[in-house]
Amino acid sequence: MRVAIVKYNAGNIQSVSYALNRLGIEPIVTNDPDELYKADKIIFPGVGDAGTAMPYLRERGLDSVLVSLKQPFLGICFGMQLMCKHSEEGDVDCLGIFDVNVKRFPSGTEKVPHMGWNTITDFKGTLLKNITPESYVYFVHSYYAEMNPHSTATCNYVLDFSAGIEKDNFFAFQFHPEKSGTVGAQILKNFIDL
Amino acid sequence: MLAKRIIPCLDIKDGRTVKGINFLGLRDAGDPVELGAMYAEQGADELTFLDITATIEGRDTFAELVKKIAIHLNIPFTVGGGIKSVHDVGVLLAAGADKITINSAAVYNPQLVTDLAKEFGSQCIVVAIDTKLHDDVWMVHTHGGHQATDIRTLDWVKEVYNRGAGEILLTSMNHDGTKGGFACDITRQVSEMVDIPVIASGGAGTMEHFKDVFTKGKADAALAASIFHFKEIAIPELKAYLKQQNIPIR
Repeated sequence: MRVAIVKYNAGNIQSVSYALNRLGIEPIVTNDPDELYKADKIIFPGVGDAGTAMPYLRERGLDSVLVSLKQPFLGICFGMQLMCKHSEEGDVDCLGIFDVNVKRFPSGTEKVPHMGWNTITDFKGTLLKNITPESYVYFVHSYYAEMNPHSTATCNYVLDFSAGIEKDNFFAFQFHPEKSGTVGAQILKNFIDL
Repeated sequence: MLAKRIIPCLDIKDGRTVKGINFLGLRDAGDPVELGAMYAEQGADELTFLDITATIEGRDTFAELVKKIAIHLNIPFTVGGGIKSVHDVGVLLAAGADKITINSAAVYNPQLVTDLAKEFGSQCIVVAIDTKLHDDVWMVHTHGGHQATDIRTLDWVKEVYNRGAGEILLTSMNHDGTKGGFACDITRQVSEMVDIPVIASGGAGTMEHFKDVFTKGKADAALAASIFHFKEIAIPELKAYLKQQNIPIR
C-alpha cells in the first residue's frame, strides 16, 4: 500500500511516519501533486500556524490538489483545522473541505493549550470502530473546530468541540492518534484498513 | 475530562538511564528505549528523557537515542539536557521528540525561550526550573541545581511565560531525592500564576504524595524517576489509587 504524508511547512511529520512504521507501512513524505494523486491513502498531519501554512499551500497550488483528492484522506490536529473553512489563527480562509469554523479556546477558565489526555465520546463514522467510548486520546491545541453535522466524536474542554470529522473520503481528528497509545494505533489501523 | 499526567523521568548518561539522590551518586537503572516502552505499556502518560550530564560537561545532545525512542514509543515524550540553541532543538524535534525542555541555557539567555517559541511553537517548549528555598524565598538554580542565581523563581516563571514557554517543569532542590513529598506550596503558586501546564518534580515517595501535588499543589502533571525505576511504586497501582481519590486519570 502506498501511503503519502503531505509535506509542507509544519512540524510533527516524523512521529506520524514512525507510527505507520509500527503498523508495517513505509509512507512517502511528499508535496509532489503526481505522487499525491497516485497514493492509496493520504495523511495530512502537522503542528503549525494557519496564518503561515495556508499561504505556503496556496503558493504551491497544493490547496487545490488536496481538496480534489479522491482517496481516503486523514487530517491530524492542525491538519484537521486546515481542512475547515476559516481559522481565527491568523484570520485566514482554509481549505474549506468542511464548512466549519476554527476558533481559539476562550481564556480565563482553563489552561490553554489544551494539552494532555482527554476522553472522546459520541462516536459516529468509520474510523472509531473497535474503540471504547470514553477512551483517552492525546491532545495538544489552542484552537478547535466547532461542533457540526460532520462531527464523529466530541471532546469537552472549556466547551464541547469536534474531536473528529468525516465527509466522503475526508476524515480528520483533532487529537494525535500517533501519540495516543494503543487506542491511537487502532484508529490509524482502521484508516489503513479502509 | 482532561487527565492529570504521570510522567516517569529517565535521566540519561552515556545512553543509559540513571537517577541520583539529589543528583549525586548515580545508579544505573537500565536501557532508555526498553524502559520507556515498558512505562508506556504500564500506562505512563508521557515520558521525559534528560541528558543530565550535558550541561555540566558540555556534552552534545543525544539525537540518535531520541530517534530510537521515537520509533518505538506511541506516547508523547520530552527531551532535554544541554540544549543551547534553536539549532539544537531543531535536531531533536526532527529526530522525533514531541517537546524539548531547556533549563540553564534559558537562564543565561532568556531570548532563547522567545526564539524557540517563535520557531517551533509554544506547545513544544518546556522550561525546566530548578528551585531552592533560601531564607523563605524560592530562588532559581542552574547546572543541575548546583549553581545558585539571584533570580526569584516566581519572577522567572512570569518571564518565561511571557516569552512563550508552553509548560513549566518545576523541580524543588529541597525535595528532590528525599521521597518526602513534592513541594506543594511553590507548585501551587506557580500553577495559579500562569495559565500554562505545570509539571511538579522532586520528592515523590508515596502514592499519597501524587494525590497531594494534584490537589494541594494544583499541578497538571507529576514527574518522578527512582520510585518508578526501582519499582517502589508501580504505575498501574498509582493510577488506580488516584482514580479512587477522584482525581481525573487516564
